Amino acid sequence: MSAAHNGSRRDFLRRSLTGAALLCAGGATDTLAVVQPVTAESGAASAKSRVVVARDELLRGSGATVDSHRMLALVDRAMQALCGCGDPLAAWRKLVRPGDTVSLKVNTLGGRGISTNVQLVTAICERLQEAGIKPGEIVIWDRDSEELERAGYRIETGNNRVRCFGTDRVGYEQELSAWGNVGSCLSKILTQYGNVLINVPVLKDHDGAGVTIALKNMYGIIHNPNKYHPNGCNPYVADLNMLPEIRSRMRLTICDATTAMYEGGPGYKPEHSWNANALLVSTDPVALDHTGWQMIERKRAEKGLKTLKAEEREPSYIATAADGEHRIGTNDPKKISIVEV
Amino acid sequence: MFCELDLQNAVRGPLDRRSFLKCALASGAALGGGAALASVAQPAAAMPAAASESEDDARYVVEAKFYQKLANRKIKCKLCPRECSVGDKERGYCGVRENRGGTYYTLVHSRVCAAHVDPVEKKPLFHYLPGTIAFSIATAGCNVNCKFCQNWDISQSRPEQVPSHYMPPKSVAEMAKQYDCPTIAYTYSEPVVFAEFIMDTADAGHAAGVRSIVVSNGFIQQDALKEAYGRMDAVKIDLKSFSESYYSKVVTGQLKPVLDSLVTLRKMGKWTEIVYLVLPTLNDSDAEFRGLAQWIKANLGADVPLHFTQFHPAYLLKNLPITPVETLERAKAIADAEGLHFVYIGNVPGHPAQNTYCPKCRKMLVERVGFTASEMLIKNGKCPFCQQPIPGVWHV
Repeated sequence: MSAAHNGSRRDFLRRSLTGAALLCAGGATDTLAVVQPVTAESGAASAKSRVVVARDELLRGSGATVDSHRMLALVDRAMQALCGCGDPLAAWRKLVRPGDTVSLKVNTLGGRGISTNVQLVTAICERLQEAGIKPGEIVIWDRDSEELERAGYRIETGNNRVRCFGTDRVGYEQELSAWGNVGSCLSKILTQYGNVLINVPVLKDHDGAGVTIALKNMYGIIHNPNKYHPNGCNPYVADLNMLPEIRSRMRLTICDATTAMYEGGPGYKPEHSWNANALLVSTDPVALDHTGWQMIERKRAEKGLKTLKAEEREPSYIATAADGEHRIGTNDPKKISIVEV
Repeated sequence: MFCELDLQNAVRGPLDRRSFLKCALASGAALGGGAALASVAQPAAAMPAAASESEDDARYVVEAKFYQKLANRKIKCKLCPRECSVGDKERGYCGVRENRGGTYYTLVHSRVCAAHVDPVEKKPLFHYLPGTIAFSIATAGCNVNCKFCQNWDISQSRPEQVPSHYMPPKSVAEMAKQYDCPTIAYTYSEPVVFAEFIMDTADAGHAAGVRSIVVSNGFIQQDALKEAYGRMDAVKIDLKSFSESYYSKVVTGQLKPVLDSLVTLRKMGKWTEIVYLVLPTLNDSDAEFRGLAQWIKANLGADVPLHFTQFHPAYLLKNLPITPVETLERAKAIADAEGLHFVYIGNVPGHPAQNTYCPKCRKMLVERVGFTASEMLIKNGKCPFCQQPIPGVWHV
């Protein structure tokens, strides 16, 4: 393996997100076959959507903190399984190519306890650079810089480094983008800072929507998410994910299920969280959400809690996202291939 | 002269306080002319990388009224009929009230994002102090999402997305007096969602001899209505349609609570006028106009002024045409036939239905040119020709 995998380099990259400078990664490039995002046209009935569930029970070692080396290995395993590659870089090169600008939409609303893990994002950034993406062309973002900082991220806006900041720094487009029941102004980070979007949500329940995973993570992109919470966020979540600015950029979802929540979301409730020590990875956000929802239901059953449906907060928007009008992906278990690694 | 509905053409971007006020109150206004527009809200454009504004933001954060604490740090808002159940760190539908650790806060007290001096006719209020000017203010936020909103850039935004200035209640009252405005108007976005601010400002205004008027969708719970709008001297309610289906699909609200608000305002003795914005093909049927007029007469009385106003394409309904004048005239004819005494046509400058006529002798009593009351003949609240009482508040 290349020198990029040694511990000192990884530590350096990890620090870059929390305090220190970042070196530019080198790396050869080759001809790319980019995996296209699942679209209404490509989500055909004949093909199954692959959702990789990668687990590592020793992800935290003997402590509470995620081990960054093990996290990188987990990301590698997940990506190899997703793309059917024997080498993690080959997997990433199927998704991105030199010249791409990549934005990573994390989820930091819940604070440090239930936000997208910094070590996960560090691992993704490391592999992106090795796949030929310049550091200055990677942006880690969410709606608010303070929320990012509370979740452990360091705000960085320098041109030659992996950048990290919130929409509050650059604002929203002035024109509305509309589809169905949704009409919103989009974050300029989405529209102006990347042609590739990697969605990096967390796995948790939501007191209104049922669950908030990949599809609902897009609420952090719009200026008016509060308008789209009635009726369990249905059909708003699905309609939002139909916006061309999102669909044209969405390449991959890596759901951080290292810490997950089964009750009391979206705010952090440690008493209702568990160390799932897992990642869910897919190019089909609907299939991923369906899979994540079932994980939450199993944990709820284990804890003696009612189903989300019994609590009148079944995440109906997932089915809407899969329906004939949207076809963002599939929620049909017969069309989802879950690969456990 | 800028229209109340013309905020989108205003100066955009953040201003310092002096510039903000200068723009807001630039003169050139003869009586009824209206002042130049202030800095108004847009979802934040390219902002420079900024240091945290948390200290400034704290000025605007005040514990909300009208809510109920629940278990697990949740709250239930009791301000409007949505009754949002809000978890910790979340906001209600309006986007301007937030749960922090189980206590609910308004984020927009004294957080003014639009300030103008407007003729009172622009609200529109035609039977309340005609010919005077109102110091008109708004914060960000709204508890509905009308697909035709002309002020969506502030009503559908969160407060941190909108350039605003700190304008506490006493300052608002002082500025109203400074600019010879006998009234403060809470308008443009939706005053229900900044109820705490309008209550405190109305109190400060009354202490300084300045009245308060509110321009609202009326989508508010009864207790909050009595406490907040009970402080108002006049109310204009936008009754979007007479159909629950329209309220659900086009407004994302409900009709019945608005009708209840109107009845309560009448019982409270508040001077009230109603605006019905007519959207071609959506709420322009004869049946709806007739149902509306019959309900008003039966529940509020024939003397409540009703304004049928012309829609202009905006926000999420840019595909619809401007309301034909013939449609507005049809609506007026139906309402007149049902016995309502003061039915107006709005947003059609120069239309004779902008004038006030005596319901008995049909003589013109108030002539309006645009938003200017160019002639006012009512004396002692009566028609000078036949002595018919003309309801309203005609003099300061």
